[in-house]
Amino acid sequence: MAEIPANGFLIGARVKPALSRDDIVMRAGILLFIGFLAVAVALPLWALLSKSFQNNGVFVGLDNYIRYFSTPALFASVWNSFYVAIVTTAIVLPLAFVYAYALTRSDMRWKGLFQALALIPILAPSLLPAISLIYLFGNQGFLKTWIPGGTIYGPLGIIIAQVFYCFPHALMILVTALAMADARLYEAADALGASKQRIFFTVTLPGAKYGLISAGFVIFTLVITDFGIAKVIGGRFNVLATDIYKQVIGQQNFEMGAVVGMVLLVPAVLAFFAERIVQRRQVALLSARAVPLIPKPEPKRDWALFTFCAVVGGLIFGILAVAAWGSLITFWPYNLALTLKNYEFSNFDTNGWGAYTNSIQMAAWTAVLGTVIIFIGAYLLEKSRGFAIGRGIAQFIAMLPLAVPGLVIGLGYIFFFNARGNPLGFLYATLGILVLNSIAHFYTVSHLTATTALKQLDAEFEAVSASLKVPQLRTFWKVTVPVCLPAILDISIYMFVNAMTTVSAVIFLYSTDTKLASVAVVNMEESGFTAAAAAMAMMIVFTSAGVKIVHVLLTRGLDRSTQAWRRR
Amino acid sequence: MSTITTGGGNAAPYLQIERLTKLFGNFAALKEVSLTIYQGEFVCFLGPSGCGKTTLLRAIAGLDIQTSGRIEQGGRDISRLPPSERDFGIVFQSYALFPNLSVNDNVGYGLRSRGMKRADIDARVKELLELVGLPDSGAKYPAQLSGGQQQRVALARALATSPGLLLLDEPLSALDARVRVRLRHEIRSVQRRLGLTTIMVTHDQEEALTMADRIVVMNHGVIEQVGAPSEIYRAPATPFVADFVGTMNFLTGSLAGPGIVRFAGLNLTCPTDGLAANRNVRLCIRPEDVAVRNLDATTPNLLPVEIRSLDFLGSFCRAVLKPTAESGDEIVADFSINLMRDLRLEVGKRLSVALPADRLRVFAAA
Repeated sequence: MAEIPANGFLIGARVKPALSRDDIVMRAGILLFIGFLAVAVALPLWALLSKSFQNNGVFVGLDNYIRYFSTPALFASVWNSFYVAIVTTAIVLPLAFVYAYALTRSDMRWKGLFQALALIPILAPSLLPAISLIYLFGNQGFLKTWIPGGTIYGPLGIIIAQVFYCFPHALMILVTALAMADARLYEAADALGASKQRIFFTVTLPGAKYGLISAGFVIFTLVITDFGIAKVIGGRFNVLATDIYKQVIGQQNFEMGAVVGMVLLVPAVLAFFAERIVQRRQVALLSARAVPLIPKPEPKRDWALFTFCAVVGGLIFGILAVAAWGSLITFWPYNLALTLKNYEFSNFDTNGWGAYTNSIQMAAWTAVLGTVIIFIGAYLLEKSRGFAIGRGIAQFIAMLPLAVPGLVIGLGYIFFFNARGNPLGFLYATLGILVLNSIAHFYTVSHLTATTALKQLDAEFEAVSASLKVPQLRTFWKVTVPVCLPAILDISIYMFVNAMTTVSAVIFLYSTDTKLASVAVVNMEESGFTAAAAAMAMMIVFTSAGVKIVHVLLTRGLDRSTQAWRRR
Repeated sequence: MSTITTGGGNAAPYLQIERLTKLFGNFAALKEVSLTIYQGEFVCFLGPSGCGKTTLLRAIAGLDIQTSGRIEQGGRDISRLPPSERDFGIVFQSYALFPNLSVNDNVGYGLRSRGMKRADIDARVKELLELVGLPDSGAKYPAQLSGGQQQRVALARALATSPGLLLLDEPLSALDARVRVRLRHEIRSVQRRLGLTTIMVTHDQEEALTMADRIVVMNHGVIEQVGAPSEIYRAPATPFVADFVGTMNFLTGSLAGPGIVRFAGLNLTCPTDGLAANRNVRLCIRPEDVAVRNLDATTPNLLPVEIRSLDFLGSFCRAVLKPTAESGDEIVADFSINLMRDLRLEVGKRLSVALPADRLRVFAAA
């Protein structure tokens, strides 16, 4: 590295680059984008943080925190949350690893079917497995006697339901980690005469190490921040997520709610940073020259794995089937005749089917607006020149939502939008705030999808169009968007399904006119209409699954028509 | 090898670079670089990776504007201007073709936004595709073309708007050897036909030697030498250039007097201008300049040697020679197969070789 010599060759004055029209447009865009992120993410979080240090609007320092930690009833939830999260992680990780191993490294049959089966829970609200468990083992459940200790309400129920809910999330990460295998490593190990076990422990496991760690953090965060399961099946077992809800909705103690929110934020943020560090290490693991591994048939192993997948996949399907069946039962468990009357939601909830149509509207707006904002935002950050400060700020805020639990961001929205004098206050209690909140809640994963897609484009496209004097906007429309269309579709589906299934972020924000399907599930379950709750949950599953199927077909059609250039 | 020198007095200066410095944090990628490029010439920036050649090209394009210094193109100060307000076409190593647009649309991309009529654009695109030898590929997509064809399309696209300056950033590096050699000639012939001032960045000395009117050899952010290819090869101005371009022997000797260097116990005559007496020097000679034929006792700079090893390299053999009079550095020499046969050269054989004075260059020892 050359150093700047003392006599200094930097004699000339610094050149101040002139801005092109493109630069000005991009910078204005970044400023607007920062404004959006501030309103959607940063300011609500700030409102929450400052609320936790206040009492009736007066700054009280750490008083609220001291009160929190000196109230055993509240503080116990911290341990409960950790306990549930750690046990769930310990169960899901090995299960998902073996399942992922079977999908990627064996030659068993029906891999596609098993993969699809395992991913179904993603399409359902987290409440669904909890409702199924209640059907089976709850107070009216006909397998109730199977439960040691007699009740499913409590940590046991939470953990079992969480296992179902978290399984697909862990599976996706592990499949990706295991799919990236370099066949040459295995050939080398084979040639050196290593045994199968030795190869597994010296090649396979280290290769998937980061995937395992990453999946572990994801499960932990999912469990600790999930609200629906603990609400439905937690009984008197308090966790952080239900505490926030009780403080805010039950006792109207907003300050204490804010404190619990901050406490919930800590493990989520820690897990987030740990996960980022692990991710960064993973980058250089696989070289571009790697030869993909194609598993060879090995009947004994393949059938063992097949049996395992059949059992796990069967359980997942079973849980879903129980909810579906339960939703069609006249009066559980006394009258098992099939009926559709549980789908007449107006008999159970004042909003009736309105909650469902609200959800569809909200999810559709979230998908459309969210995708547009997220993709354009990622583009502005990725493809502009200079303005490092602005880009850095925006990038930082865009990464925040991944570390912020839905309940916390929802609570922040109450404080921010409900504050007196906020010109955006008109959004409060509208569908608009639910859309904005959903976009913010699911921002980061989609932002990363968009960024990855944009990074795959040749970095010189913008340089070429500048040299040809073509405005950058035109290149964005003619090249960037068409080439990234598959990623754009992925983002919109992700936003739709999540907006459809989420409970935690929106539970504080709906009004009587804008109640959502997922919230209706919670309410109806609370009122004892378990069958109707199951029915509404199934409506969510059907809708997400339908949209997902349309997505698959659309992607295929897209491949055939507009993406012809991808083929040689 | 090209011997045309458009540089010098006969053409007008087109691009003037004055004291360009580019800092990346504390690292100086360019240190007060000055250079003049003349109308219509083909200039290569040559150097190892990290020498600053690409940084210089990107500064000229306005893609990474210099920290200080001035660039003037065709009499216009462009130092501060963004790329879109400069006048150049550019071709990258990655081709950077728009994958979702046909070859026609790629080449016509810059023409559409200048309000040209559809028919005029079509005619211009057709003309350009003929120029680069791909008249029938207009309807294809980039992924359907080979690397060499894609690079030709990229060239056509860069030429479409008739820029005053063509910038080529390692355009041939991603191609396989055979295609690379063919494209060298094609790029050069298109450039000659259009009389277009062109700058090409490359780390491949052979490419620079065959294509350039002038070569700018760079290292560590400074220009080591500017000159015609033959000049760079025959008379390298610095040890770096001598080492980087072609193969070179570096022999340790000492200056015995003006015009005399002592090496392996012998006094060799050679140009020693500007070097202080009694100090160690490095004596440079290229392997192919070591003379074997037509020598007699009166030939100057005779050196008795023994052949230590011979590597067969197809059209010639590379020999390692050990001086036998007194100890000294081994010398690498290239012997034609013809010569090998005539003189029955083999490992262990002793013979005399000459190091012709006009082929020797002397640098101060490092």
